[in-house]
Amino acid sequence: MDSPAPGVTLRDISKRFGPQIEAVANLNLELPPGRFTALLGPTGCGKTTVLRMIGGLETPDRGTIEFTPPSPAVGYCFQEPRLLPWRDVQGNVSLPLELARVDRTQRSQAVDSAIKLVQLTDAANRLPGALSGGMRMRTALARTLVSRPQLLLLDEPFGALDEVTRLQLDEELAGLIRNRNVTALLVTHSITEAIFLADQVIVLSSRPAAVMKRFEIDFPVRDAKLRTTSEFASLTGQVYATLQAGMENRA
Amino acid sequence: MSTIGRAWYAIWPPLLIIVLLLSLWQLAVVLLGIPEFLLPAPLKIAAAIGRDPTRLFTAAGRTAIAMLLGFACSATLGVLVGSGLSLVPLARRGIYPLTLLLQMVPLVAIAPMLVVWFGYGKPSVIAAACIVSIFPVIAGTLDGLQSVDPGLRELFRIYGAGRIRTWWLLGFPAALPSIFTGLRIAAGLSVIGAIVGEFVGAFGGDRAPLGAVITSALRQNHTDVVFAAIVLAAMLGFLLFGVVNLVGWASLRRWHASAQ
Repeated sequence: MDSPAPGVTLRDISKRFGPQIEAVANLNLELPPGRFTALLGPTGCGKTTVLRMIGGLETPDRGTIEFTPPSPAVGYCFQEPRLLPWRDVQGNVSLPLELARVDRTQRSQAVDSAIKLVQLTDAANRLPGALSGGMRMRTALARTLVSRPQLLLLDEPFGALDEVTRLQLDEELAGLIRNRNVTALLVTHSITEAIFLADQVIVLSSRPAAVMKRFEIDFPVRDAKLRTTSEFASLTGQVYATLQAGMENRA
Repeated sequence: MSTIGRAWYAIWPPLLIIVLLLSLWQLAVVLLGIPEFLLPAPLKIAAAIGRDPTRLFTAAGRTAIAMLLGFACSATLGVLVGSGLSLVPLARRGIYPLTLLLQMVPLVAIAPMLVVWFGYGKPSVIAAACIVSIFPVIAGTLDGLQSVDPGLRELFRIYGAGRIRTWWLLGFPAALPSIFTGLRIAAGLSVIGAIVGEFVGAFGGDRAPLGAVITSALRQNHTDVVFAAIVLAAMLGFLLFGVVNLVGWASLRRWHASAQ
């Protein structure tokens, strides 16, 4: 049986890179268990730093990050696919399970179902060099999901893809996460992507990152039609205005 | 292009140059009347091989064994030392500059000491082949491991992989192109090491390897035999280089640009 999705609380988090760059200052943030949160903010505002601190890739200078329950299984999807070029799709997806020493039979079942989930069954034996950008990102997504993480950290995973592929992958991701008992945090600078995927959108100010506004999103269905609704357009306008206000304050 | 077609495409230019050079050499010796003890003509060298093929090919076989064992030693130790240095930063800073000594100390100077340490015969010859060829493998391994994509290292950190697992599943495969570059250089050097080792540390007589054949033929002014032994030694080097190249190509061809 799956363990409960964790809640994450960031208290008074600050992070500097050298004397000049204050990436995050006294940030307080709450990721409710089992919910999908999107962090939106202008480029360079420190949102990726927040994600990296939650993932343990950076250590905050001040403040605390609490997980309830502690030490959740983390799945991290980077901006780039970060695939091992000598391993085929199957081999790349199986990596987290190999590192966790999951036995071969269990591993093979989990890998097959993760590959099926991202619709790459026909390309399972292809090397990354023979995949399109979208297929590579799908492989990275399958690798993130294969170990059934309780906390999913997504760092603009589709940012480098063309618009059509990106929208398509957003829809697939919404479907993949919907029925999983998982807490997710997405960092993006696409307003529509944030609103489409998340249960709450948090808009950050320019650097150093601070919370400007929180939007609760409550769409019962997340499919392609959602983007054409007036509610979606209205929410997009509100988030855009908040984001713009933050940028003007900085200027 | 088929595999044979590709191989022929790669081989014919150097083959043509070799044939041209040998023809020029033959012509120069005949036309300029160069004495045989100074520079024997290529056909004379071929005749020397034909005169006593058993002795020369047996000698080449013995040198080949020493060269292969020396190369196996440098390949194994080189990858292990390079990996160890990459895993332990303090060792890297302390020991890596010292491994340069293996490259800097002239082998001809320490070869007699190898005989003192390991005695006459194969062990000292293998040690000479190993010492002279190990540095490129250490340097190649270390360079390869140090150049692993930091993004992939981060991925392994996220999944809580330890140092050894990270080395085995990430570092070693990622460093293979660089390791094979080191091994290619080591292949050529190991034959040089074996021959120099045999100059001072090999037994003579019927069981003499190529290095001992060279020294004994030199003493008797049989320069055609000296050159015949040199040709066979060079062929051993080429053969080992070719095998290493082939294994490298087979390991990397699916994913690395250098083998495609």
